[in-house]
Amino acid sequence: MRIALLSDIHANLEALNACLAHARTNGAERFAFLGDLVGYGADPSAVVDIVTKHVADGAVAVKGNHDEAVENSSGYFNDAAQAAIDWARESLTGEQKQFLATLPLVTREGDLCFVHASAAAPARWNYIDSATEAQHCIDATDAAYTFCGHLHDQALYFEAGPGRMREFRPVTGTPIPVRDHRRWLAIVGTVGQPRDRNPAAAYTLFDRERQEVTFFRVAYDAGAAADKIRKCGLPGSLAYRVEQGI
Amino acid sequence: MLERFAPGAQLDGFVVGECIHSGGNAFIYKVTPPPSRDPGFPIVLKVPAIGRAQPTISIVSFEMEEMIHPLLSGNHVPRFFAVGDLSATPYIAMEWIEGEGLAAIVRRAPLPLDEVVRVGAALADAVSSVHAQEVVHLDLKPENFILRPNGEAVILDFGFAHHARYPDLLAEEQHFAAGSAPYVSPEQLHKDRSDPRSDLFALGVLLYELATGTQPFGAPTTYAGMRDRLWRAPPPPRSVDARIPPWLQEVILRCLEPTADVRYQSAAHLAFDLRHPDQVPLTERSASTDGVGLLANVGRWWRGRRDKLPVARTARIQAPMIMVAIDTLHPEDERHPALQWTTRQIISLNPEFRLLCVSVISAAPLGEGRTDQETASGRHMEHVLRLRQWIEPLKLPASRLSLHVVESASAGDTLLQLARANNVDLIVLGAPWPKQKKLAWLRSVASNVTANAHCSVHVVRVTRRPQGHP
Repeated sequence: MRIALLSDIHANLEALNACLAHARTNGAERFAFLGDLVGYGADPSAVVDIVTKHVADGAVAVKGNHDEAVENSSGYFNDAAQAAIDWARESLTGEQKQFLATLPLVTREGDLCFVHASAAAPARWNYIDSATEAQHCIDATDAAYTFCGHLHDQALYFEAGPGRMREFRPVTGTPIPVRDHRRWLAIVGTVGQPRDRNPAAAYTLFDRERQEVTFFRVAYDAGAAADKIRKCGLPGSLAYRVEQGI
Repeated sequence: MLERFAPGAQLDGFVVGECIHSGGNAFIYKVTPPPSRDPGFPIVLKVPAIGRAQPTISIVSFEMEEMIHPLLSGNHVPRFFAVGDLSATPYIAMEWIEGEGLAAIVRRAPLPLDEVVRVGAALADAVSSVHAQEVVHLDLKPENFILRPNGEAVILDFGFAHHARYPDLLAEEQHFAAGSAPYVSPEQLHKDRSDPRSDLFALGVLLYELATGTQPFGAPTTYAGMRDRLWRAPPPPRSVDARIPPWLQEVILRCLEPTADVRYQSAAHLAFDLRHPDQVPLTERSASTDGVGLLANVGRWWRGRRDKLPVARTARIQAPMIMVAIDTLHPEDERHPALQWTTRQIISLNPEFRLLCVSVISAAPLGEGRTDQETASGRHMEHVLRLRQWIEPLKLPASRLSLHVVESASAGDTLLQLARANNVDLIVLGAPWPKQKKLAWLRSVASNVTANAHCSVHVVRVTRRPQGHP
């Protein structure tokens, strides 16, 4: 069973479609959406519809901080991000908003754990940006594999010894053996808004039987996604970020 | 500790035979594979010593090996066959390599010069092949090499290896991950497991051992003892045996430099120098016969304390072997400026290159000619001079450059053979000229080389672009 892990889609329909197609070509049979379906991008409604349909077919979906902000603005966002949240709130139907509002913060399936930010206090939206934070996250769960989003750069943390997590920066398309006698934490990357100066969409594929995880970058029409952001009147900086991957 | 398997025992369909090695972290058994899965080559099982009495390092090192070994291919590693489940009975099934272990060869050391060179170059070829596959071995020692009857070396045991594209599970196992005491590099002692030049240091220790019969840093049993090599210069090989030529001492001591930046930058360069002693530029390393003086050693000790070792940015140092084929029989050929221009472009991208300039000339007529230029040696010298003249405008230091004039009736096959023998990464040569085009690309040297080379080939064609100006 191969599970495609898609996070931080941020209302980028072009990037989402490219990643879904790529994942199916590479044998994905299940899908897990790790939050932040909306925010920043032009297509919150279309993206929520796609995810809703996948969830009806058995996909996993958890809530991200941008999804929560649609229901309950926290003042946590900068102006551009807030403008995109307002845009999402305007364009989503009541039913779509209800879908976002009822998403769980964490989902467990056997020895897999899916969460947007950190499994340690998921509602606090802490970033896993160090081995220490990764350790806190896995300490909060007994899952062998934890999959997170929130931070946009892909990373793989592994337990090098008891209580000693280590960070590894994965290389696109290289299947990495992840044996289940160790504990692993993957930051699966962002579909909709990469920030590493590479505009290609990011997602991750996990092969349960082979115990392998493969991080991918997928080229897509970032220009089209950026144009839509401009056309719907969102701040130009959001379009620029998508185009440049910054 | 696992029970030793008795001959005749079955494991995942393999029938266990003789135990050919026990000790260290693993047992190795000859086995018969199930007939339905017979790969057509003999198989051994490597079974890690995993159990309560064993350190965790055995498990981690098994995990690394099971991750890295299947990725490797070529003549210089045993072919990988299968892996056993870590949670049941872990093992790695691989090709059984027929040959003589380097440990047995080292026991015969000191060896005659020609054997040191032959064995040393074979080891360097093998390391070059593994490095080209993005793997740093980090535990090169006599027990981990086998020499096949045809002279090729095979590297065993990837349990301590590092692969740039895979997580380094051993990174935290600092006390053990440093390799074997006599061979461990300064970088490993500084807990850097990503530098391929660490393997060049270990090769230097092996060469030293083959040439002198002694180990340059002994076999220290403490960490402090191992750290001596961060600053202490080993006794020069010629102080151990004055018959060792200065060029070989130069090569060995260059491998053993504490700073990776001044070592050989690639195993291919080392293999090349071992095979072309006349091309080794001699420095003060080659001259010393009585070791570094006390005062100089104090200086090295101070620098060793103070210096932070530079960390390699990638596992693969960009130190390509580039071969350019130059037609010195036709010095007026219009393709020469284009070939020079391209060569200049390519080497400007690679600061650590080695450039082999090759001219293949037809075999000399038998017997001495009437003038100097007609004798075989006279002709040879004439073409070496033309090569030198060809490359002179590029102003390359001698250490980056070598000139080769080869007599052969088949230029293409000779170039291919030279490229393979010298671990060349890129061949640069001219396309057939316009007048020859109709004659058939298919019969040209360029097409033969392009079709049959083991590496990349850059075919240079004269275009309308102004030539000779970068």
